[in-house]
Amino acid sequence: MRIKQHPVLTSIVKKEVEFTFEGKTYKGYEGEPIAAALHVNGVRVLRHDHRPRGFFCAIGNCSSCLMEVDGEPNVRVCVEELREGMVIKMQEGKGKLKGGEA
Amino acid sequence: MLHTEIAIIGGGPAGMCAAIAAAGQGARVTLFDRGKKLGGQLVKQTHRFFGSEKEYAGIRGIDIAKILCDEVEKNKLIDVKTDTTILAIYNDGVITYEEGKNYKRITSEKTIIATGASEKMLLFENNDLPGVYGAGAVQTLMNEHGIVPGNKVLMIGAGNIGLIVSYQLMQAGVKVEAIIDASPNIGGYLVHASKVKRLGVPILTSHTIKRALGKESVEGAVICELDEKWQPVSGTEKELDVDVICLAVGLSPQSELLRHTGCEVKYVPGLGGYVPMRDGNLQTTVNGIYVAGDTAEVEEASSAMVEGTIAGLSAAESLGYGKNISELKKSFISDLDSLRSGAVGEKIRSGIQKLGC
Repeated sequence: MRIKQHPVLTSIVKKEVEFTFEGKTYKGYEGEPIAAALHVNGVRVLRHDHRPRGFFCAIGNCSSCLMEVDGEPNVRVCVEELREGMVIKMQEGKGKLKGGEA
Repeated sequence: MLHTEIAIIGGGPAGMCAAIAAAGQGARVTLFDRGKKLGGQLVKQTHRFFGSEKEYAGIRGIDIAKILCDEVEKNKLIDVKTDTTILAIYNDGVITYEEGKNYKRITSEKTIIATGASEKMLLFENNDLPGVYGAGAVQTLMNEHGIVPGNKVLMIGAGNIGLIVSYQLMQAGVKVEAIIDASPNIGGYLVHASKVKRLGVPILTSHTIKRALGKESVEGAVICELDEKWQPVSGTEKELDVDVICLAVGLSPQSELLRHTGCEVKYVPGLGGYVPMRDGNLQTTVNGIYVAGDTAEVEEASSAMVEGTIAGLSAAESLGYGKNISELKKSFISDLDSLRSGAVGEKIRSGIQKLGC
């Protein structure tokens, strides 16, 4: 859920973009971290590494949030900015390089 | 290969203040940050700072970030490299980095390392489930990106970060079910604790988390009481209906790059773990390598800013810049002492003493 009213923060108008996650289309704001856009759409599980994993630090330190973005595995989606048309996939294990073998 | 007089690694409060101080004396500075913009963790601090006017007391962290960024950007002696990750610092003084997608190298006369700290994990069953977030992550999501982390939160840690982030969660309309802490005492300032208590959030001391509940993500938490020996008391287990478990259990200095330099480190728990030995100028045991901020010891952003200034002035002075720098430095060193005075600064004071410098 996005914060609509806040005593300190003021919101600025952002551009809405579309992206896909696991083949389904979602909307988010351009430039926000991919993990934030997914979270607001109710997606908390970002990858499976025998166990479900989400983000933990949100600033690019811990590598808990690795996903496949536009065919590239191991992208830290807590710091990678969302762009129009991005194809985002849940990562299994170490991921597949450009659609190849894991 | 590029060359700079002072390379500063990390564009948070310490690094920005170091850059401003050094360039203010006439030194040429290159300031590196891996993020898209400067500010470090100040950009998510919506609360007003303590300390004195010189450390921007009464101003919110997010506004301090803007003030410092503006000052850095208008200074022609400071070359800012954002979206740039330092990869290594070699013995011959070569620093390698990735700027955007390009691999590059630079040498420097002096280097100030201000890489900050990272959040600590806590051991409990299911601590890897999505929905277990660091307190800093919750702040980033909420205060930087305007998104709430969930509906009902269990906060672990009643230090200042746990208390402040709990209050910020409530400002964003999120329910904080409880704040728990293994210690029998509340670690944070009374003023912060009173604020959340007044809003009806129970602060349960001598309590810990046993496990997170849920299959794919957090659906609850089991907490229990601890006895005076910090052992779980049987029969006190309680289930909480939460979808977020927020960990505010401390920070560790991010010292990977520091270790590349070969400087001596010492284990001082009160300062956050392995921290570098340093002199009064904040120079490490390696000539020309300085430290400032949470990398030097985990503390407040206010002291990080003062340390940055001291390190920046010292590095500029060692290159022959400026006049009366030692007088200026003395005044900042006394500011740092006053930030660390009283009962709240005791841990840092004794830690620095143990460091033997």
